[in-house]
Amino acid sequence: MIKIGIAVFPGSNCDRDVHHVLNNIIDVKADFLWHTHDRISGYDAMIIPGGFAFGDRLRAGIIAAHSPIIKEVKRMAKDGTPVLGICNGFQILVESGLLPGALMMNDSLRFVCRWTQVQVVNNRTPFTGNFGQEEIFHIPVAHGEGRYVASAPILKDLRRKNQIVLQYAGDDPNGSTDLIAAICNEEGNVMGMMPHPERASESLLTSDRGNNAIGIFRSLASFLQQEQKAIV
Amino acid sequence: MAKYLVQVVIENKPYINDPEGETIHRDLVVKGGYSNVSSVRSAKMLKMVVSSKSEKDAEQTVKKLCEELRIFNPVVSDCAVKTSSKI
Repeated sequence: MIKIGIAVFPGSNCDRDVHHVLNNIIDVKADFLWHTHDRISGYDAMIIPGGFAFGDRLRAGIIAAHSPIIKEVKRMAKDGTPVLGICNGFQILVESGLLPGALMMNDSLRFVCRWTQVQVVNNRTPFTGNFGQEEIFHIPVAHGEGRYVASAPILKDLRRKNQIVLQYAGDDPNGSTDLIAAICNEEGNVMGMMPHPERASESLLTSDRGNNAIGIFRSLASFLQQEQKAIV
Repeated sequence: MAKYLVQVVIENKPYINDPEGETIHRDLVVKGGYSNVSSVRSAKMLKMVVSSKSEKDAEQTVKKLCEELRIFNPVVSDCAVKTSSKI
């Protein structure tokens, strides 16, 4: 039985959406884990959801990056456990050093909350395995600091090692370098993405745009199921 | 031990765009007639009161904590530490 942990901080606000999609839509057991947890066991993957952890004090994600649960997430990530950060979760992963680069204020200086489209650039991660390579799907964004920035050597590395996972397609909501919407670490088991798949996983919420974004969670579930089969 | 007021200024590295500074420059400074001001960069400043035996020591404490706790993101920001006064 697969079990996924959802890290919850004071100020998280997409935790329940993720919990709902996992438990009720794709039928995977998921639990909330408060940020003070300093020992996590029995979880096959971790999701850091969106929101405004610790009110984005100092810089989005930085206070949460120092929390006990993130210390555990770092240990799990090192052991190969899949870790997915969504929106503020992406910012937390960057600030904790699990992913390179930084997320800066959007070039428009505005909070952007609207639909966009992304293209799958790397479908060989635990989070994108169910998508076709170059598949494009609709997904909403909602962030003030989503402009992905990194130094030239880091960008070169990201491109060379196939760490750019999603790119905005025909749209540029925040001014990200290379239209980056999601990146993963070198090993591929840690991914951060700015758009919100949990807000586009049911056709009830997506109008005529389709709920293909659920593929992020389905990919993760398939990956974990295959991994468990391999162990058995 | 004396108390020192130490200022920490966190600023985007030169290669990072600063849309806030650009907007202040374009829409306020230049439009307000100050055409001799050629650029504006925004930054964040933290003021820390540090008990320490010397000014140099206070600055070193702050420099160390800024790096250790990632008070600034070294990928995109520069951090300047300066003691402004003895309190």
